[in-house]
Amino acid sequence: MKTRTLYTFCVLLLVGIVFAATKGPLTTTYLHISETDQSEEASDIAFDKMMDVLTHQRCVNCHPNDHIPKQGDDSHPHYFDVVRGDANLGYQATNCNTCHQSQNNPYSGVPGAPEWSLAPHSMRWEGLNRIEIAESMMDPKRNGGRTPEETLHHLTEHELVLWAWEPGVNADGIPRELPPVSKEEYIKAVKTWFKEGHRIPTK
Amino acid sequence: MKISMHVNDKLHSVDIYDENTPLLWVVRDILDLKGTKFGCGKAACGACTLLVDGEAVRSCSYAVKFANGKHITTIEGLGTKEDPHPVQQAWIEEVVPQCGYCQPGFMMATAALLNKVPNPTDDDIDKNIINVCRCGTYYRMRKAIHRAAELNASEASSTTQNS
Repeated sequence: MKTRTLYTFCVLLLVGIVFAATKGPLTTTYLHISETDQSEEASDIAFDKMMDVLTHQRCVNCHPNDHIPKQGDDSHPHYFDVVRGDANLGYQATNCNTCHQSQNNPYSGVPGAPEWSLAPHSMRWEGLNRIEIAESMMDPKRNGGRTPEETLHHLTEHELVLWAWEPGVNADGIPRELPPVSKEEYIKAVKTWFKEGHRIPTK
Repeated sequence: MKISMHVNDKLHSVDIYDENTPLLWVVRDILDLKGTKFGCGKAACGACTLLVDGEAVRSCSYAVKFANGKHITTIEGLGTKEDPHPVQQAWIEEVVPQCGYCQPGFMMATAALLNKVPNPTDDDIDKNIINVCRCGTYYRMRKAIHRAAELNASEASSTTQNS
């Protein structure tokens, strides 16, 4: 009985080895991902996350393609016919700081942050897709002459940019909508994208 | 929080529990200067306009903490009954107000405009004077603003001649 069991076991083992050697998946059937591919994938994921924020109305409202700042989640033209003005700050006597200060106002609902102003016209993003925004953002002719390091600094440390995650309440005391990605995740994504060579995905 | 500020050239120190209290309420309720008016409370109508270091500011939306160390001018400090500011004089000459509630805000905004643009065009006025008047006195205000610019110019010219 024992001999028979041992015999059966050996036969099955042999069949198993032969099957594994001939029918099983070979190492050559796996897709080899090079380090470059992995880097590009990480860059593209970071790019998408960064762009989820930069295409949010909280950012684009102040990067209009005309000379009119936009307001609110529906990006309506700024009330009171406010426009860009010569220095991106409105008109001579009625300008951004007539109403907007360096912090949000919890009582009036008027938002505020340091250096409150419109982005220069060369930095217009309204109507552009993600790739076009990235191209604009990295082009010194359009980004205010910023180097990649300066652009990285603007995107991750400028208080006016980071205000997006502390937008305060509106005039009815209702908190404004936050960008779809957390501040920490966004900063990490931006830093990854720059570290991986700020590669803009192909169109 | 203790706030020290010059209001109409007089130094005031006030103790404020909430540093975000609108400057409007400090001016009206603590300093008892009732000329600056509450309108909308959200920096939209301009009735609460006053000057902070010469710049027009909507005081309903200006936390008092930002006023620390600044020079504030309200309608009471613009001029006096005996010696009105050119803007106030022009307002009298053109009989601008109807109910009058919003007028101090308009006059302060106009004073700020004339500081920056001594001889404003209609376009300058349209762009810079965006307060709201429910009586619709805009037409008379426009005339008064041009008149104030004239008075300002003649005042400046006589000052130059006398010096």
